[in-house]
Amino acid sequence: MSDLETKPSDSTAAGAQVNPVENKFTDRLSHILGDLGKNGIFIALILVVVLFSILTNGILLRPQNISNLIVQNGYILVLAIGMVMVIIAGHIDLSVGSVAAFVGAVSGVFAVQWGLPWWLSIILSLLVGALVGVWQGFWIAFVGIPAFIVTLAGMLIFRGLALVVLGNANIGSFPAEYRALGNGFLTNLFGEFQLDPLTLGIAAIAIVALFVQQFRTRRARQSYNQEVEPFAWFVTKLVLVAVAIGLFAFALATYKGIPVTLIVLAVLVLIYGIVMNRSTFGRHIYAIGGNLHAAELSGIKTRRVTFWLFVNMGFLAALAGLIFTARLNLAGPKAGDGFELEAISAAFIGGAAVQGGVGTIGGAIIGGLIIGVLNNGMSILGIGIEWQQVVKGLVLLLAVAFDVYNRRRSGGR
Amino acid sequence: MTDDIQARTNILEMRSITKTFPGVKALQNVTVDVQRGEVHAICGENGAGKSTLMKVLSGVYPHGTYDGDIVFEDEVVQFRDIRDSEAKGIVIIHQELALSPFLSIAENIFLNNEQKGAFGLIDWNKTNHEAAKLLARVGLRENPTTKIIDLGVGKQQLVEIAKALSKRVKLLILDEPTAALNDEDSDHLLNLILHLKEQGITSIIISHKLNEIKKVADSVTIIRDGKTIETIAKTDVTEERIIKDMVGRDLEHRYPDHTPHIGEEVLRVEDWTAHHPQDPNRVMVDGVNIHVRRGEIVGIAGLMGAGRTEFAMSLFGRSYGSKISGRVFIDGKEVKTRTVSEAIQNGLAYATEDRKTYGLNLIEDIKRNISMAALDKLERFGIVDDGKEFQVANEYRTSMNIKAPSVLSKTGKLSGGNQQKVVLSKWIYADPEVLILDEPTRGIDVGAKYEIYSIINKLAASGKGIIVISSELPELLGICDRIYALSEGRITGELPIEEANPEALLKLMTMEKPR
Repeated sequence: MSDLETKPSDSTAAGAQVNPVENKFTDRLSHILGDLGKNGIFIALILVVVLFSILTNGILLRPQNISNLIVQNGYILVLAIGMVMVIIAGHIDLSVGSVAAFVGAVSGVFAVQWGLPWWLSIILSLLVGALVGVWQGFWIAFVGIPAFIVTLAGMLIFRGLALVVLGNANIGSFPAEYRALGNGFLTNLFGEFQLDPLTLGIAAIAIVALFVQQFRTRRARQSYNQEVEPFAWFVTKLVLVAVAIGLFAFALATYKGIPVTLIVLAVLVLIYGIVMNRSTFGRHIYAIGGNLHAAELSGIKTRRVTFWLFVNMGFLAALAGLIFTARLNLAGPKAGDGFELEAISAAFIGGAAVQGGVGTIGGAIIGGLIIGVLNNGMSILGIGIEWQQVVKGLVLLLAVAFDVYNRRRSGGR
Repeated sequence: MTDDIQARTNILEMRSITKTFPGVKALQNVTVDVQRGEVHAICGENGAGKSTLMKVLSGVYPHGTYDGDIVFEDEVVQFRDIRDSEAKGIVIIHQELALSPFLSIAENIFLNNEQKGAFGLIDWNKTNHEAAKLLARVGLRENPTTKIIDLGVGKQQLVEIAKALSKRVKLLILDEPTAALNDEDSDHLLNLILHLKEQGITSIIISHKLNEIKKVADSVTIIRDGKTIETIAKTDVTEERIIKDMVGRDLEHRYPDHTPHIGEEVLRVEDWTAHHPQDPNRVMVDGVNIHVRRGEIVGIAGLMGAGRTEFAMSLFGRSYGSKISGRVFIDGKEVKTRTVSEAIQNGLAYATEDRKTYGLNLIEDIKRNISMAALDKLERFGIVDDGKEFQVANEYRTSMNIKAPSVLSKTGKLSGGNQQKVVLSKWIYADPEVLILDEPTRGIDVGAKYEIYSIINKLAASGKGIIVISSELPELLGICDRIYALSEGRITGELPIEEANPEALLKLMTMEKPR
């Protein structure tokens, strides 16, 4: 421990001399600036959106493209949720793309070749994904082989198995209900309107729920004498988010309504957000990533947590595979190619740390959206796939460099 | 040094050094004069500014980032980085050793100073030969080709000094050199410093340990709150004076009063044996029998390597070792402690000697560290009650006097004493029957030590059984009711506090196994 680090907390004298009025003002300012720093990733998303809106003359913000943003990147976002959890625990999963392809192929066998009902096919496929997770989790958690190696092996194994299952052919023409997972929209339940009322209704409910939840959290904090941000800033932020949700919903409502993928995603974000923020399981994941030894010596069953983490990743990889297959209406050998890299990028752009212990579901989602906007924006601009890759690589590098710089400046580790 | 005048000149003068970090004055007009050929100790509590001062001196904080002058060998020096200072013969050896574990001793000594032969290629014969000569100078009998990872901390420290000697060091700075060493290694190191002094090498030693300062230092400068308090010559050095200077008040009692109220036996361990984790034939803990009663503070004294930590960690959910056997009784009932969570459930807690590696999640806040071992108390249906957690953490912040702006501060930014209070809070919140404290005051300044002792007393008074493991005998003698001595993994004796004294304990601690 250097003196630099210990000093500020010990020297109350320095702070006491500051003029109290000035203190209050700078306090607020630092709150806002601190928030901006914390929400840097959010601002980055806005900047990317604004940039591409200008470059594409607004085409990016057309209702159809906004809808596509979710539909075309949904599976990456699903993977990013599981990936950020794995990364927070200090691991990595390179196999998710192959697992997604494998499960897509298996679901083709279930739903098309065997003609099982769509819902049974989906459940069985998810189960297969979880079993893949059991396999990998076993080697990582209980045998103690680094996740990098196990999932590198898994990347080969499951890509190979996908090819075996497909037998050098595509499996196609899935049942309509199955396809809805990737292509469906919730719309026109109340007849045909110019603006889909269901979409707007759900958006309204979401906004109200957001307000209620945020105000309750704030009140709970106050009741425990916890510091809260200035009221004006708190409300401003809420209103901005509400406006964003409203505009987004409006765009969806003028197009086809809410994509089923978005519903799936929303449910996942809600559940996994709670898991990571509020549940003991989530706490244990952060504890393991922050300091494995300390977690172990605090009685946390670290192996068990790691094991379930990979089971969960397998499950989510399966879900991503289903969404992708449903969207293409085809289970093919190239499915899931490079998914792992986009999901890992999303987690790191979203602020996860390579050493583990740091990261959020929300960050990973926003990181995934940034990648999505880049994908869609550059496609609209007609930029070739080769340059798209260069740009995405640079964005990942810059995002992490910015994060490292920030952390160093604030004197983190 | 035959020339009398030469002997009395200053090799180093740091003149009114002021160093400011955003919002904090870390150093204010600090002045230190170091005479040529002396061993100069710098003393101060954690956070007093010692390390900052040494970083200014060695160029870690380059010229221009501080005010004041550094005069080295009668010349004002302005170091841009650590290589500048090393070129002048100032070498600093940090608390955390900076050796590359998988390279050999010789490779480490000549890292970035490689001994080259023809065509600029490394001459390995010369490298190893020169290294062997340096190792002889520091009294380390090891092959220069031995890898660092195969050496103990004490020997690694000597390699660091050999490395410094290879750079033709004139002023050697040692930052808490014995913090991680056992008594034997410490002695060797301190003797080496005196030996180097005879060869004309000046040393600055930063240390918490007052007895070693008394042993080696010719003069002592005390720093408190970023200011020089005074420099005392060897003849005037007393522990009381140094402590008074360091904490700014008299510490009449270094240990709080403690009247034991001893009750029923709470823990009994029978025939506890554990083997080395990699070498199951090596016995590390050998048939240990101990018991602890409620309200009692029991010490375990032993030299480094005696198996103290090994015993405690193997007992605590088999966190250490292989082929572990023995029986554990809590309140007279036999319990199993096969995993850490089982040990915790049965009322055991173990606060580690190495809080940064094993005790804390440094990137996480105080609140989450405190709740880590007892999250089940805060959860319902798997969901943690955030508000209650905050409240609990705040209560501990107040009752344990954890100095931090809020419980949302990261533990990595706290001083050693405050980190230790967080670790203790964690275990107190887990509400164990028996608390094992492994080196509870290591790396903690004098004032905070007193607080930790008070907390230990309070815990004992509340009816817990306490085991304190420490390498500092005065500490054990100061706070314990009864002390076990451990040597080579065996309990070699047990002394009630009335009969315990350093001599008696040391005799037991060095008692060898009959062979």
